[in-house]
Amino acid sequence: MNGSNEMTLSFSARSENEAFARIAVAAFVSQLDPTLEELNDLKTAVSEAVTNAIIHGYENDPTCEVTIEARIEGDSVSLTVSDSGRGIEDLELARQPLYTSKPELERSGMGFTIMENFMDRFEVSSRIDGGTRVAMLKRIESKKALYN
Amino acid sequence: MSLQAELEQYRNVLIVRLRGELDHHTADVVRYKMEEAILRGSSEHVILSLKELQFMDSSGLGVILGRYKQVKSKGGKMVVCDVNPNVHRLFEMSGLFKILTIHDNERNAISSLEVVS
Repeated sequence: MNGSNEMTLSFSARSENEAFARIAVAAFVSQLDPTLEELNDLKTAVSEAVTNAIIHGYENDPTCEVTIEARIEGDSVSLTVSDSGRGIEDLELARQPLYTSKPELERSGMGFTIMENFMDRFEVSSRIDGGTRVAMLKRIESKKALYN
Repeated sequence: MSLQAELEQYRNVLIVRLRGELDHHTADVVRYKMEEAILRGSSEHVILSLKELQFMDSSGLGVILGRYKQVKSKGGKMVVCDVNPNVHRLFEMSGLFKILTIHDNERNAISSLEVVS
């Protein structure tokens, strides 16, 4: 493929849309011919970021919107998942494995750790009452040989 | 895509078979079904059978960890079996294997519990 290929997806902050979001991203990325493991990594990372936006960013308010932007360039896919919710007070703390701000909801506190481990690049920025933006990148190995 | 949870009582063991995708949206169903069965049922131990679980994220880890605590507080054991490579990685990353024993299939899981009961 020459140049880049992009898509943007906005949807209501409803938990039903978590599956929709990861399947939509997987369908978009399938043109890079990823392995099942790569596809699963991407789906899991999307699921984590979208779930965080719904539960933490918007506290399950379905009138709010989550946005995913995906971009394929060469052998890589970049994803940003953003919300305009309440933001994260202490990013350092939020990124600690097993930390959760909502222990009463049986959250495992592994969301950020999973995103960091499953993707090649991971960045999160957040502002109180200004929302949170997670930017991630993954290289699709099967495509590497073509671009080296 | 949704999730089906099939519960079966076998002697003093509750076998929970999960089929589909376990995420934040579907975690509640699993939580309620298992919570009720553990609290009201006569089973001592729980086997989580995950052969047909196609997807799981950290919300799944949360609900499993929650049930583990519940079973443990009643003096029982919880084990998992038939874990696919994706779910295996999540368990490994989160350290869940330090508290949950893994078995190849339900039969092995049952015999491991019968030894301890």
